[in-house]
Amino acid sequence: MIGFIVKRFINYAILSAIATLSAYVLASLILNPAGRYLGRNPRPSDETINAILNGLGVNPHTPVIERLWTWLVNLVTHGSLGDTIHNTSVISEMTARAGTSLRLLILGTIIAAIVGVVIGVWGAVRQYKFSDQAISYASFTVLATPSFVLGILLMIVATFVNSTLGIQLINFTGEYTAGLDGGWWVHFWDRAAHLLLPTISLALMGAAGYSRYQRSAMLDVLSADYIRTARSKGRTRGSALVRHGVRVALIPMSTYFAYSFATVLAGAAVTELVFSWHGMGEMLVQAITQSDINAFTGAILFNAILVLIAGTLSDVVYAALDPRVRV
Amino acid sequence: MSMIEEMPIADTSAGTQDVIRSAKPVSRFRLVLSRLRSTPRFWVGIVGLGAIILWAVFGLVPYAWNATDLDVYNMGSSPTALHWFGTSDIGEDIYAQTIVGLRKSLVIGLLVGPLAAIVAGIVGAVAGYLGGWWDRVIIWFIDLLLVLPSLFLFILLSPIFKSLSWVALIFLLAGFGWMIMARVIRAQTMSLRERDFIKAARFMGVDTWTIIRRHVLPNVSSLLIIDATLGVGGAILSETTLSFFGFGIQAPDVSLGTLLSAGQGAAATRPWLFVFPAAILVFTVLSASLVGDALRDAVDPTSGVNRD
Repeated sequence: MIGFIVKRFINYAILSAIATLSAYVLASLILNPAGRYLGRNPRPSDETINAILNGLGVNPHTPVIERLWTWLVNLVTHGSLGDTIHNTSVISEMTARAGTSLRLLILGTIIAAIVGVVIGVWGAVRQYKFSDQAISYASFTVLATPSFVLGILLMIVATFVNSTLGIQLINFTGEYTAGLDGGWWVHFWDRAAHLLLPTISLALMGAAGYSRYQRSAMLDVLSADYIRTARSKGRTRGSALVRHGVRVALIPMSTYFAYSFATVLAGAAVTELVFSWHGMGEMLVQAITQSDINAFTGAILFNAILVLIAGTLSDVVYAALDPRVRV
Repeated sequence: MSMIEEMPIADTSAGTQDVIRSAKPVSRFRLVLSRLRSTPRFWVGIVGLGAIILWAVFGLVPYAWNATDLDVYNMGSSPTALHWFGTSDIGEDIYAQTIVGLRKSLVIGLLVGPLAAIVAGIVGAVAGYLGGWWDRVIIWFIDLLLVLPSLFLFILLSPIFKSLSWVALIFLLAGFGWMIMARVIRAQTMSLRERDFIKAARFMGVDTWTIIRRHVLPNVSSLLIIDATLGVGGAILSETTLSFFGFGIQAPDVSLGTLLSAGQGAAATRPWLFVFPAAILVFTVLSASLVGDALRDAVDPTSGVNRD
């Protein structure tokens, strides 16, 4: 089992490393960091621009391979990801933002996984009954809704709730209320209240996808012989379904989870932008609009590490559920 | 008794009934068709999609306003008999704009879905049939793109595509929409390669490309048709998300994404700017994915949703 997980981990690590390096090369080829200075009035001299770009290590006159090598050496020897065009280090920018994104991502993913699995199993057990049909159509509708539309619709509902109740019950812009006075507890509640809508938005998207897959995986299992055996040897229906059914139906889900995590990351970035959170998603999009190669690579590295962790975790779950791997 | 209830009865039964009744052997096409006919989901989807397409084509015929008209007497009006979906703050008619945007989004979706399926078919069949290094490189490339969210790549590539026309966006979306399906096609092709009719063709000296074109691709065509249908909704979602953040369709052109982006600021105070285009977008994508899902069930009733 350890061997299996280590092998998978190395596989994901290589993929993540290559993804980050290709992101650096792609960004270097496409983005034009000099453009930012050319538009200034008065226009800085070419020497100044070159000096600035050299300082950041993004001068387009240097060959891409050479820049990539400098970037890599910097990363290995100094643990540095370079500087952003605002002359702050990418690492400090990332540590400031990562918490914001992680809070949303972890909560959203866990809620989505639990809700998705429960709804999927429920739908499979009650196949073609009304509740199954309702769940199916509801999840198709959520899957057909882009995440930004879902976020904004939630905001409209929240505004409506607030105005009917006459109080600011649900907050939804930004991550916290600026200039809020009060103790630790007040701040905690304020952040939790701001977290509500983005988390719902992200969890809904995830749960809709997971429930479709869980339902069909569960349907495959329900018709299997060992469920009938478990029933005939005297297990109750619920016990047979949970101990023998759900456990087996979760195995394909763990693989699907690893593959779908990249989509979750993209969805989270969109959700952050819609709710104007200053997280990694915003950093990534801003880096592209401002032609900031180092910041972009940093953001991609962050995503790649998350994919690496999610992939390894899902393999651990896989190994725990499937005895065939544990030899 | 409860065990019998739990058995997945369903789509297969419709097919077998046909087989028993007819004297002639039933062709696969008719079998799929008869299964489709008995799936309510298919009818909901196909009627919805048909209605949306008809509406996009003929929706402006009985209407007085065009997408570019400005009604300076009714700026920011709510939905009325004159302006069915209301107007924006500079007097643009939202109904007319929605239809023009819907046309663009539909054209993009209907082109990208099949294009991506064609790419998936060719890449998957080549990887699965040739095997060896071809296979390894292609699979490695696909895995890489699955780790790197394609939305981020779209945004990264958008500076190039902004300067080109919106048609370039179609190729961009198709260029990144084929990965998952290509893996499925590859797995199918690998099992097809060992079948007798392909071996026979190979030993007769038929060249590789002809075998792929004549024997492999027709045998995975049902998968490709499903993928093309499901891809329509996915492409529309990608396009609107990109356009919403200003990376997709650019200013003089209108799509549902740019329309939603323009309406988002006023979403809470003047909801008609946002809610109508959003509802139409969701309805379109929903119809397309219902058709795709019903097709998948009809082609292979035993297959799960898990396509990898």
